[in-house]
Amino acid sequence: MKTLLNSNLMNITLQRLAHQLVENHMPFTDTAIIGIQPRGIYLSNRIASLVKKISGNNNIDYGLLDITFYRDDVHSADIHVPSDTNMPFSIEGKNVVLIDDVLYTGRTIRSAMDALIDFGRPKRVELLTLIDRRFSRELPIQPDYNGYSVDTILTQKVKVYWQETDGKDEVVLLDKVAP
Amino acid sequence: MGLSVKHLLGIKELNVQDIEQIFKTADNFKQVLQRPIKKVPTLRDTTVANVFFENSTRTRLSFELAEKRLGADVVNFSASGSSVSKGETLIDTVNNILAMKVDMVVMRHSASGAPWFLANHIDASIINAGDGTNEHPTQALLDAYSMREKLGDLRGKRVAILGDIMHSRVALSNIYCLNKLGAEVVVSGPPTLIPKHIESLGVKVEYNVKKALEWCDVANVLRIQLERQHKPLFSTLREYAMYYGVNKQMLDSIEKDIVIMHPGPINRGVEINSDVADSKQSIILGQVENGVAIRMAVIYLLSGKREAESQL
Repeated sequence: MKTLLNSNLMNITLQRLAHQLVENHMPFTDTAIIGIQPRGIYLSNRIASLVKKISGNNNIDYGLLDITFYRDDVHSADIHVPSDTNMPFSIEGKNVVLIDDVLYTGRTIRSAMDALIDFGRPKRVELLTLIDRRFSRELPIQPDYNGYSVDTILTQKVKVYWQETDGKDEVVLLDKVAP
Repeated sequence: MGLSVKHLLGIKELNVQDIEQIFKTADNFKQVLQRPIKKVPTLRDTTVANVFFENSTRTRLSFELAEKRLGADVVNFSASGSSVSKGETLIDTVNNILAMKVDMVVMRHSASGAPWFLANHIDASIINAGDGTNEHPTQALLDAYSMREKLGDLRGKRVAILGDIMHSRVALSNIYCLNKLGAEVVVSGPPTLIPKHIESLGVKVEYNVKKALEWCDVANVLRIQLERQHKPLFSTLREYAMYYGVNKQMLDSIEKDIVIMHPGPINRGVEINSDVADSKQSIILGQVENGVAIRMAVIYLLSGKREAESQL
Protein backbone atom coordinates (compact mmCIF):
# COMPACT_ATOMS: atom_id res chain seq x y z
CA MET A 1 0.00 0.00 0.00
CA LYS A 2 1.27 3.42 -0.96
CA THR A 3 -0.14 6.79 0.07
CA LEU A 4 -0.69 9.00 -2.96
CA LEU A 5 -2.17 12.01 -1.16
CA ASN A 6 -2.23 12.65 2.55
CA SER A 7 -4.70 14.99 4.23
CA ASN A 8 -2.44 18.04 3.77
CA LEU A 9 -1.71 17.45 0.09
CA MET A 10 -5.35 16.60 -0.57
CA ASN A 11 -6.41 19.94 0.89
CA ILE A 12 -3.95 21.82 -1.34
CA THR A 13 -5.14 19.86 -4.39
CA LEU A 14 -8.82 20.58 -3.67
CA GLN A 15 -8.01 24.28 -3.27
CA ARG A 16 -6.22 24.28 -6.62
CA LEU A 17 -9.08 22.52 -8.42
CA ALA A 18 -11.61 24.95 -6.93
CA HIS A 19 -9.49 27.94 -7.97
CA GLN A 20 -9.19 26.57 -11.51
CA LEU A 21 -12.98 26.29 -11.72
CA VAL A 22 -13.40 29.84 -10.45
CA GLU A 23 -10.82 31.08 -12.96
CA ASN A 24 -12.73 29.54 -15.89
CA HIS A 25 -16.35 29.91 -14.80
CA MET A 26 -16.69 33.15 -12.85
CA PRO A 27 -19.36 34.42 -12.14
CA PHE A 28 -21.05 30.98 -12.37
CA THR A 29 -24.30 32.31 -13.81
CA ASP A 30 -24.29 29.78 -16.66
CA THR A 31 -22.47 26.96 -14.89
CA ALA A 32 -23.79 23.92 -13.07
CA ILE A 33 -21.63 21.64 -10.91
CA ILE A 34 -22.78 18.01 -10.85
CA GLY A 35 -21.35 15.24 -8.66
CA ILE A 36 -21.64 11.61 -9.73
CA GLN A 37 -23.26 9.21 -7.22
CA PRO A 38 -22.31 7.47 -5.06
CA ARG A 39 -18.59 8.10 -4.43
CA GLY A 40 -18.11 11.27 -6.47
CA ILE A 41 -20.34 13.37 -4.26
CA TYR A 42 -17.82 13.71 -1.41
CA LEU A 43 -15.42 15.40 -3.82
CA SER A 44 -18.18 17.46 -5.44
CA ASN A 45 -19.53 18.58 -2.04
CA ARG A 46 -16.06 19.85 -1.11
CA ILE A 47 -15.42 21.50 -4.47
CA ALA A 48 -18.86 23.13 -4.52
CA SER A 49 -18.44 24.64 -1.06
CA LEU A 50 -14.88 25.80 -1.83
CA VAL A 51 -16.03 27.39 -5.09
CA LYS A 52 -18.87 29.17 -3.27
CA LYS A 53 -16.41 30.48 -0.69
CA ILE A 54 -13.79 31.62 -3.20
CA SER A 55 -16.23 33.18 -5.66
CA GLY A 56 -18.51 34.69 -3.00
CA ASN A 57 -21.49 33.41 -5.00
CA ASN A 58 -23.75 31.22 -2.86
CA ASN A 59 -26.32 30.54 -5.57
CA ILE A 60 -24.27 28.25 -7.79
CA ASP A 61 -26.33 25.42 -9.33
CA TYR A 62 -25.10 22.23 -7.69
CA GLY A 63 -26.67 18.80 -8.23
CA LEU A 64 -26.12 15.07 -7.84
CA LEU A 65 -26.48 12.57 -10.66
CA ASP A 66 -27.05 8.82 -10.34
CA ILE A 67 -25.88 6.82 -13.34
CA THR A 68 -26.97 3.30 -12.29
CA PHE A 69 -29.65 2.96 -14.96
CA TYR A 70 -27.21 4.05 -17.68
CA ARG A 71 -24.44 1.53 -16.95
CA ASP A 72 -23.35 -0.82 -19.72
CA ASP A 73 -22.61 -3.78 -17.43
CA VAL A 74 -26.06 -4.66 -16.04
CA HIS A 75 -25.66 -8.31 -16.97
CA SER A 76 -21.95 -8.79 -16.26
CA ALA A 77 -21.67 -7.24 -12.80
CA ASP A 78 -23.73 -7.65 -9.66
CA ILE A 79 -26.87 -5.52 -9.62
CA HIS A 80 -26.08 -2.00 -8.46
CA VAL A 81 -28.43 -0.31 -6.03
CA PRO A 82 -29.33 3.14 -7.31
CA SER A 83 -28.78 6.38 -5.38
CA ASP A 84 -30.79 9.58 -5.66
CA THR A 85 -30.52 12.03 -8.52
CA ASN A 86 -31.09 15.57 -7.34
CA MET A 87 -30.79 18.35 -9.91
CA PRO A 88 -33.21 21.13 -8.94
CA PHE A 89 -32.34 23.27 -11.99
CA SER A 90 -32.29 23.07 -15.78
CA ILE A 91 -29.04 22.19 -17.52
CA GLU A 92 -30.32 23.43 -20.89
CA GLY A 93 -27.64 25.65 -22.43
CA LYS A 94 -25.45 25.55 -19.30
CA ASN A 95 -21.77 24.80 -18.86
CA VAL A 96 -21.78 21.61 -16.83
CA VAL A 97 -18.83 20.44 -14.74
CA LEU A 98 -19.10 16.70 -13.96
CA ILE A 99 -17.20 15.60 -10.86
CA ASP A 100 -16.03 12.10 -9.92
CA ASP A 101 -13.28 10.96 -7.58
CA VAL A 102 -11.30 8.46 -9.71
CA LEU A 103 -11.14 8.33 -13.51
CA TYR A 104 -10.23 4.80 -14.62
CA THR A 105 -11.79 3.12 -17.68
CA GLY A 106 -13.98 6.12 -18.51
CA ARG A 107 -17.15 4.02 -18.59
CA THR A 108 -18.74 5.79 -15.63
CA ILE A 109 -18.27 9.14 -17.35
CA ARG A 110 -19.75 7.74 -20.57
CA SER A 111 -22.83 6.67 -18.58
CA ALA A 112 -22.94 10.05 -16.84
CA MET A 113 -22.97 11.90 -20.16
CA ASP A 114 -25.86 9.74 -21.37
CA ALA A 115 -27.75 10.33 -18.13
CA LEU A 116 -27.07 14.07 -18.29
CA ILE A 117 -28.39 14.45 -21.81
CA ASP A 118 -31.74 12.94 -20.72
CA PHE A 119 -32.20 16.11 -18.66
CA GLY A 120 -31.50 18.59 -21.46
CA ARG A 121 -28.82 19.83 -23.84
CA PRO A 122 -25.91 21.44 -22.01
CA LYS A 123 -23.82 23.96 -23.91
CA ARG A 124 -20.61 22.28 -22.85
CA VAL A 125 -19.60 19.50 -20.49
CA GLU A 126 -16.30 19.40 -18.57
CA LEU A 127 -14.84 16.76 -16.29
CA LEU A 128 -13.11 17.27 -12.95
CA THR A 129 -11.45 14.35 -11.16
CA LEU A 130 -9.27 13.95 -8.11
CA ILE A 131 -7.27 10.98 -9.39
CA ASP A 132 -6.55 10.06 -13.01
CA ARG A 133 -5.40 6.46 -13.50
CA ARG A 134 -3.53 7.10 -16.72
CA PHE A 135 -3.14 4.57 -19.55
CA SER A 136 -6.08 2.47 -18.39
CA ARG A 137 -8.81 4.14 -20.42
CA GLU A 138 -11.23 2.03 -22.47
CA LEU A 139 -12.96 5.07 -23.98
CA PRO A 140 -11.63 8.38 -25.37
CA ILE A 141 -12.35 10.45 -22.26
CA GLN A 142 -9.91 12.81 -20.50
CA PRO A 143 -10.33 15.15 -17.52
CA ASP A 144 -10.34 18.93 -17.94
CA TYR A 145 -9.26 19.43 -14.33
CA ASN A 146 -7.32 16.76 -12.46
CA GLY A 147 -5.85 16.55 -8.99
CA TYR A 148 -3.23 13.83 -9.28
CA SER A 149 -2.20 11.41 -12.04
CA VAL A 150 -0.99 7.92 -11.30
CA ASP A 151 0.19 5.03 -13.47
CA THR A 152 -1.41 1.80 -12.37
CA ILE A 153 -1.86 -1.77 -13.51
CA LEU A 154 -5.05 -3.83 -13.58
CA THR A 155 -4.49 -5.62 -10.26
CA GLN A 156 -4.06 -2.38 -8.34
CA LYS A 157 -6.83 -0.32 -6.86
CA VAL A 158 -7.01 3.36 -5.95
CA LYS A 159 -8.99 4.02 -2.78
CA VAL A 160 -10.10 7.51 -1.77
CA TYR A 161 -11.03 8.06 1.88
CA TRP A 162 -13.12 11.04 2.97
CA GLN A 163 -13.42 12.56 6.42
CA GLU A 164 -17.23 12.69 6.09
CA THR A 165 -17.70 8.96 5.63
CA ASP A 166 -14.38 7.19 6.31
CA GLY A 167 -13.02 9.35 9.14
CA LYS A 168 -9.89 10.53 7.26
CA ASP A 169 -8.78 12.33 4.09
CA GLU A 170 -6.37 10.12 2.19
CA VAL A 171 -5.78 8.54 -1.20
CA VAL A 172 -3.95 5.20 -1.30
CA LEU A 173 -2.81 2.77 -3.97
CA LEU A 174 -3.53 -0.86 -3.03
CA ASP A 175 -1.56 -3.72 -4.62
CA LYS A 176 -2.74 -7.17 -5.64
CA VAL A 177 -6.45 -6.76 -5.22
CA ALA A 178 -8.14 -10.02 -6.15
CA PRO A 179 -9.56 -9.56 -9.68
CA MET B 1 -26.60 -6.74 -3.93
CA GLY B 2 -29.74 -7.88 -5.69
CA LEU B 3 -32.69 -9.95 -4.56
CA SER B 4 -32.35 -13.27 -2.72
CA VAL B 5 -34.51 -14.93 -5.41
CA LYS B 6 -34.09 -15.53 -9.13
CA HIS B 7 -37.82 -15.31 -9.89
CA LEU B 8 -40.61 -13.28 -8.34
CA LEU B 9 -43.13 -16.07 -7.82
CA GLY B 10 -44.74 -14.99 -4.57
CA ILE B 11 -44.27 -12.65 -1.65
CA LYS B 12 -43.99 -15.77 0.52
CA GLU B 13 -40.46 -16.41 -0.80
CA LEU B 14 -39.20 -12.84 -0.28
CA ASN B 15 -37.48 -11.58 2.85
CA VAL B 16 -37.81 -8.11 4.36
CA GLN B 17 -34.52 -6.94 2.80
CA ASP B 18 -35.83 -7.91 -0.65
CA ILE B 19 -39.01 -5.89 -0.11
CA GLU B 20 -37.07 -2.88 1.20
CA GLN B 21 -34.70 -3.05 -1.76
CA ILE B 22 -37.60 -3.15 -4.22
CA PHE B 23 -39.14 -0.09 -2.51
CA LYS B 24 -35.84 1.81 -2.51
CA THR B 25 -35.29 1.08 -6.20
CA ALA B 26 -38.91 2.01 -6.98
CA ASP B 27 -38.29 5.42 -5.37
CA ASN B 28 -35.57 6.02 -7.96
CA PHE B 29 -37.73 4.83 -10.84
CA LYS B 30 -40.54 7.06 -9.64
CA GLN B 31 -38.13 9.98 -10.04
CA VAL B 32 -37.37 8.82 -13.58
CA LEU B 33 -41.12 8.71 -14.37
CA GLN B 34 -41.47 12.36 -13.39
CA ARG B 35 -38.81 13.56 -15.84
CA PRO B 36 -39.55 14.92 -19.32
CA ILE B 37 -37.83 11.80 -20.72
CA LYS B 38 -39.50 9.00 -18.76
CA LYS B 39 -37.15 6.34 -19.98
CA VAL B 40 -33.76 4.86 -19.18
CA PRO B 41 -31.65 2.58 -21.39
CA THR B 42 -30.84 0.06 -18.62
CA LEU B 43 -32.28 -3.07 -20.26
CA ARG B 44 -31.80 -2.20 -23.92
CA ASP B 45 -30.32 -5.69 -24.46
CA THR B 46 -33.19 -7.55 -22.76
CA THR B 47 -36.40 -8.98 -24.21
CA VAL B 48 -39.39 -9.62 -21.98
CA ALA B 49 -42.45 -11.70 -22.88
CA ASN B 50 -45.76 -10.88 -21.23
CA VAL B 51 -47.64 -14.16 -21.28
CA PHE B 52 -51.25 -13.73 -20.19
CA PHE B 53 -53.54 -16.75 -19.97
CA GLU B 54 -56.15 -14.64 -18.19
CA ASN B 55 -57.68 -11.23 -18.84
CA SER B 56 -55.98 -8.11 -17.57
CA THR B 57 -55.99 -4.37 -18.19
CA ARG B 58 -53.92 -2.67 -15.51
CA THR B 59 -51.35 -5.33 -14.79
CA ARG B 60 -50.51 -5.97 -18.41
CA LEU B 61 -50.33 -2.31 -19.40
CA SER B 62 -48.35 -1.56 -16.28
CA PHE B 63 -45.82 -4.32 -16.97
CA GLU B 64 -45.53 -3.32 -20.61
CA LEU B 65 -44.93 0.33 -19.72
CA ALA B 66 -42.40 -0.66 -17.06
CA GLU B 67 -40.50 -2.81 -19.55
CA LYS B 68 -40.53 -0.14 -22.26
CA ARG B 69 -39.40 2.56 -19.85
CA LEU B 70 -36.45 0.36 -18.91
CA GLY B 71 -35.54 0.21 -22.59
CA ALA B 72 -36.39 -3.51 -22.97
CA ASP B 73 -37.98 -5.08 -26.03
CA VAL B 74 -41.45 -6.44 -25.34
CA VAL B 75 -43.56 -9.20 -26.85
CA ASN B 76 -47.12 -9.79 -25.76
CA PHE B 77 -48.99 -13.05 -25.74
CA SER B 78 -52.56 -13.66 -24.73
CA ALA B 79 -54.15 -17.08 -24.61
CA SER B 80 -57.24 -16.06 -26.52
CA GLY B 81 -56.42 -16.24 -30.20
CA SER B 82 -53.27 -18.33 -29.62
CA SER B 83 -52.40 -21.97 -30.24
CA VAL B 84 -53.36 -22.78 -26.65
CA SER B 85 -56.86 -23.44 -28.00
CA LYS B 86 -55.31 -26.02 -30.36
CA GLY B 87 -54.05 -27.98 -27.36
CA GLU B 88 -50.47 -26.74 -26.85
CA THR B 89 -49.17 -27.30 -23.31
CA LEU B 90 -47.90 -24.52 -21.03
CA ILE B 91 -44.27 -25.66 -21.19
CA ASP B 92 -44.37 -26.01 -24.97
CA THR B 93 -45.87 -22.55 -25.34
CA VAL B 94 -43.29 -20.92 -23.10
CA ASN B 95 -40.35 -22.88 -24.53
CA ASN B 96 -41.34 -21.74 -28.01
CA ILE B 97 -41.38 -18.15 -26.82
CA LEU B 98 -37.98 -18.61 -25.16
CA ALA B 99 -36.56 -20.15 -28.35
CA MET B 100 -37.00 -16.71 -29.85
CA LYS B 101 -34.33 -15.46 -27.39
CA VAL B 102 -36.52 -14.01 -24.67
CA ASP B 103 -34.77 -13.28 -21.34
CA MET B 104 -37.66 -12.88 -18.94
CA VAL B 105 -41.25 -14.06 -18.71
CA VAL B 106 -44.10 -12.22 -17.00
CA MET B 107 -46.97 -14.68 -16.62
CA ARG B 108 -50.58 -14.61 -15.50
CA HIS B 109 -52.38 -17.94 -15.32
CA SER B 110 -55.70 -19.15 -13.96
CA ALA B 111 -54.10 -22.19 -12.31
CA SER B 112 -52.63 -21.58 -8.85
CA GLY B 113 -48.95 -22.58 -8.82
CA ALA B 114 -48.42 -22.33 -12.60
CA PRO B 115 -45.38 -20.00 -12.26
CA TRP B 116 -43.68 -22.38 -9.78
CA PHE B 117 -44.21 -25.25 -12.19
CA LEU B 118 -42.73 -23.18 -15.00
CA ALA B 119 -39.75 -22.08 -12.87
CA ASN B 120 -38.80 -25.75 -12.43
CA HIS B 121 -38.67 -26.32 -16.17
CA ILE B 122 -37.16 -23.24 -17.79
CA ASP B 123 -34.05 -21.11 -17.26
CA ALA B 124 -35.43 -17.59 -17.78
CA SER B 125 -36.50 -15.45 -14.84
CA ILE B 126 -40.23 -15.53 -14.19
CA ILE B 127 -42.41 -12.83 -12.69
CA ASN B 128 -45.79 -13.94 -11.46
CA ALA B 129 -48.47 -11.49 -12.60
CA GLY B 130 -51.19 -13.44 -10.76
CA ASP B 131 -51.79 -17.19 -10.53
CA GLY B 132 -55.33 -18.41 -9.85
CA THR B 133 -56.38 -17.74 -6.27
CA ASN B 134 -52.82 -17.92 -4.95
CA GLU B 135 -50.54 -14.88 -5.29
CA HIS B 136 -50.21 -11.56 -7.11
CA PRO B 137 -46.88 -10.33 -5.76
CA THR B 138 -46.40 -7.08 -7.70
CA GLN B 139 -49.89 -5.93 -6.65
CA ALA B 140 -49.06 -6.54 -2.98
CA LEU B 141 -45.76 -4.70 -3.37
CA LEU B 142 -47.38 -1.67 -4.97
CA ASP B 143 -50.16 -1.72 -2.36
CA ALA B 144 -47.68 -1.75 0.51
CA TYR B 145 -45.54 0.89 -1.25
CA SER B 146 -48.59 3.15 -1.69
CA MET B 147 -49.59 2.65 1.96
CA ARG B 148 -46.09 3.51 3.07
CA GLU B 149 -46.07 6.63 0.92
CA LYS B 150 -49.26 7.76 2.66
CA LEU B 151 -48.62 6.58 6.24
CA GLY B 152 -44.86 6.15 6.64
CA ASP B 153 -43.39 2.99 8.18
CA LEU B 154 -46.02 0.24 8.23
CA ARG B 155 -44.88 -1.29 11.52
CA GLY B 156 -47.92 -1.33 13.83
CA LYS B 157 -50.25 0.17 11.19
CA ARG B 158 -53.70 -1.41 10.87
CA VAL B 159 -54.86 -2.69 7.51
CA ALA B 160 -58.32 -4.13 6.81
CA ILE B 161 -58.75 -6.27 3.72
CA LEU B 162 -62.43 -6.39 2.77
CA GLY B 163 -64.42 -8.60 0.44
CA ASP B 164 -63.81 -11.84 -1.39
CA ILE B 165 -60.81 -13.10 0.59
CA MET B 166 -61.42 -16.69 -0.49
CA HIS B 167 -60.83 -16.14 -4.22
CA SER B 168 -58.44 -13.22 -4.08
CA ARG B 169 -54.74 -13.62 -4.87
CA VAL B 170 -54.34 -9.96 -3.96
CA ALA B 171 -55.53 -10.76 -0.42
CA LEU B 172 -53.02 -13.57 0.10
CA SER B 173 -50.05 -11.63 -1.28
CA ASN B 174 -51.09 -8.58 0.75
CA ILE B 175 -51.27 -10.64 3.93
CA TYR B 176 -47.75 -12.06 3.41
CA CYS B 177 -46.33 -8.66 2.50
CA LEU B 178 -47.97 -6.68 5.31
CA ASN B 179 -47.01 -9.33 7.88
CA LYS B 180 -43.39 -9.12 6.79
CA LEU B 181 -43.46 -5.33 7.08
CA GLY B 182 -44.92 -5.50 10.59
CA ALA B 183 -48.45 -4.25 9.94
CA GLU B 184 -51.53 -5.69 11.66
CA VAL B 185 -54.10 -7.22 9.30
CA VAL B 186 -57.80 -7.88 9.66
CA VAL B 187 -59.83 -9.59 6.95
CA SER B 188 -63.53 -8.89 6.68
CA GLY B 189 -66.42 -10.04 4.55
CA PRO B 190 -69.21 -12.60 4.53
CA PRO B 191 -68.26 -15.87 6.30
CA THR B 192 -68.71 -17.80 3.04
CA LEU B 193 -65.95 -15.72 1.40
CA ILE B 194 -63.41 -16.03 4.21
CA PRO B 195 -61.38 -19.26 4.16
CA LYS B 196 -61.38 -21.44 7.28
CA HIS B 197 -58.21 -21.29 9.41
CA ILE B 198 -57.07 -18.02 7.82
CA GLU B 199 -55.99 -16.97 11.34
CA SER B 200 -53.03 -19.32 10.91
CA LEU B 201 -51.56 -16.74 8.49
CA GLY B 202 -51.38 -14.25 11.34
CA VAL B 203 -54.52 -12.23 10.59
CA LYS B 204 -57.70 -11.60 12.56
CA VAL B 205 -61.22 -12.05 11.21
CA GLU B 206 -63.99 -9.48 11.67
CA TYR B 207 -67.28 -10.29 9.97
CA ASN B 208 -68.71 -6.82 10.57
CA VAL B 209 -67.33 -4.50 7.89
CA LYS B 210 -68.20 -1.36 9.85
CA LYS B 211 -66.22 -2.56 12.88
CA ALA B 212 -63.27 -3.42 10.63
CA LEU B 213 -63.36 0.08 9.15
CA GLU B 214 -63.48 1.66 12.60
CA TRP B 215 -60.42 -0.33 13.63
CA CYS B 216 -58.18 0.26 10.60
CA ASP B 217 -55.90 2.98 9.17
CA VAL B 218 -56.19 1.62 5.63
CA ALA B 219 -58.98 -0.36 4.00
CA ASN B 220 -58.07 -2.38 0.93
CA VAL B 221 -61.40 -3.21 -0.74
CA LEU B 222 -61.37 -6.24 -3.05
CA ARG B 223 -63.56 -7.17 -5.97
CA ILE B 224 -66.11 -9.97 -5.79
CA GLN B 225 -64.59 -12.55 -8.13
CA LEU B 226 -67.76 -13.98 -9.66
CA GLU B 227 -65.72 -15.76 -12.34
CA ARG B 228 -64.06 -17.94 -9.68
CA GLN B 229 -67.19 -18.67 -7.62
CA HIS B 230 -68.56 -21.94 -8.90
CA LYS B 231 -71.38 -22.17 -6.35
CA PRO B 232 -73.58 -19.49 -4.78
CA LEU B 233 -71.78 -17.96 -1.79
CA PHE B 234 -74.14 -15.07 -1.11
CA SER B 235 -77.70 -14.44 -2.26
CA THR B 236 -77.51 -11.36 -4.50
CA LEU B 237 -75.05 -8.61 -5.37
CA ARG B 238 -77.57 -6.12 -4.04
CA GLU B 239 -77.62 -7.81 -0.67
CA TYR B 240 -73.82 -7.98 -0.66
CA ALA B 241 -73.62 -4.25 -1.41
CA MET B 242 -76.04 -3.50 1.44
CA TYR B 243 -74.21 -5.47 4.12
CA TYR B 244 -70.58 -5.54 2.98
CA GLY B 245 -70.17 -2.69 0.48
CA VAL B 246 -68.29 0.45 1.52
CA ASN B 247 -70.23 3.69 1.09
CA LYS B 248 -69.80 7.34 2.03
CA GLN B 249 -72.37 7.21 4.79
CA MET B 250 -70.44 4.45 6.50
CA LEU B 251 -67.12 6.32 6.16
CA ASP B 252 -68.66 9.54 7.49
CA SER B 253 -69.87 7.75 10.61
CA ILE B 254 -66.25 6.86 11.47
CA GLU B 255 -64.35 9.53 13.38
CA LYS B 256 -60.99 9.26 11.61
CA ASP B 257 -60.07 9.56 7.92
CA ILE B 258 -59.03 6.14 6.75
CA VAL B 259 -57.21 5.53 3.45
CA ILE B 260 -59.24 3.66 0.83
CA MET B 261 -57.55 1.35 -1.67
CA HIS B 262 -58.77 -1.00 -4.38
CA PRO B 263 -56.62 -3.11 -6.72
CA GLY B 264 -59.11 -2.77 -9.60
CA PRO B 265 -61.14 -3.50 -11.58
CA ILE B 266 -63.85 -1.83 -9.50
CA ASN B 267 -67.43 -3.04 -9.51
CA ARG B 268 -68.97 0.29 -8.63
CA GLY B 269 -71.99 -0.03 -6.38
CA VAL B 270 -71.07 -3.54 -5.27
CA GLU B 271 -68.00 -3.69 -3.00
CA ILE B 272 -67.43 0.05 -3.14
CA ASN B 273 -69.64 3.03 -4.00
CA SER B 274 -68.58 5.75 -6.41
CA ASP B 275 -68.78 8.37 -3.66
CA VAL B 276 -66.01 6.46 -1.87
CA ALA B 277 -63.94 5.34 -4.86
CA ASP B 278 -63.71 8.92 -6.15
CA SER B 279 -63.34 10.59 -2.74
CA LYS B 280 -60.27 12.36 -1.38
CA GLN B 281 -59.60 9.42 0.92
CA SER B 282 -59.15 7.11 -2.05
CA ILE B 283 -55.63 6.50 -3.41
CA ILE B 284 -56.78 4.07 -6.10
CA LEU B 285 -55.20 5.96 -9.00
CA GLY B 286 -52.04 6.53 -6.95
CA GLN B 287 -51.76 2.74 -6.68
CA VAL B 288 -51.87 2.46 -10.46
CA GLU B 289 -49.19 5.14 -10.83
CA ASN B 290 -46.90 3.41 -8.34
CA GLY B 291 -47.47 0.10 -10.12
CA VAL B 292 -45.19 1.09 -12.99
CA ALA B 293 -42.33 2.13 -10.69
CA ILE B 294 -42.65 -1.05 -8.60
CA ARG B 295 -42.63 -3.26 -11.69
CA MET B 296 -39.61 -1.42 -13.11
CA ALA B 297 -37.81 -2.08 -9.82
CA VAL B 298 -38.69 -5.79 -9.83
CA ILE B 299 -37.67 -6.29 -13.46
CA TYR B 300 -34.42 -4.36 -12.95
CA LEU B 301 -33.46 -6.24 -9.78
CA LEU B 302 -34.16 -9.63 -11.39
CA SER B 303 -32.17 -8.90 -14.53
CA GLY B 304 -28.74 -9.22 -12.97
CA LYS B 305 -25.87 -11.44 -13.95
CA ARG B 306 -26.35 -13.80 -16.86
CA GLU B 307 -24.66 -17.16 -16.58
CA ALA B 308 -22.74 -17.08 -19.87
CA GLU B 309 -21.57 -13.51 -19.47
CA SER B 310 -20.57 -13.79 -15.83
CA GLN B 311 -17.45 -15.69 -16.83
CA LEU B 312 -15.94 -12.63 -18.53
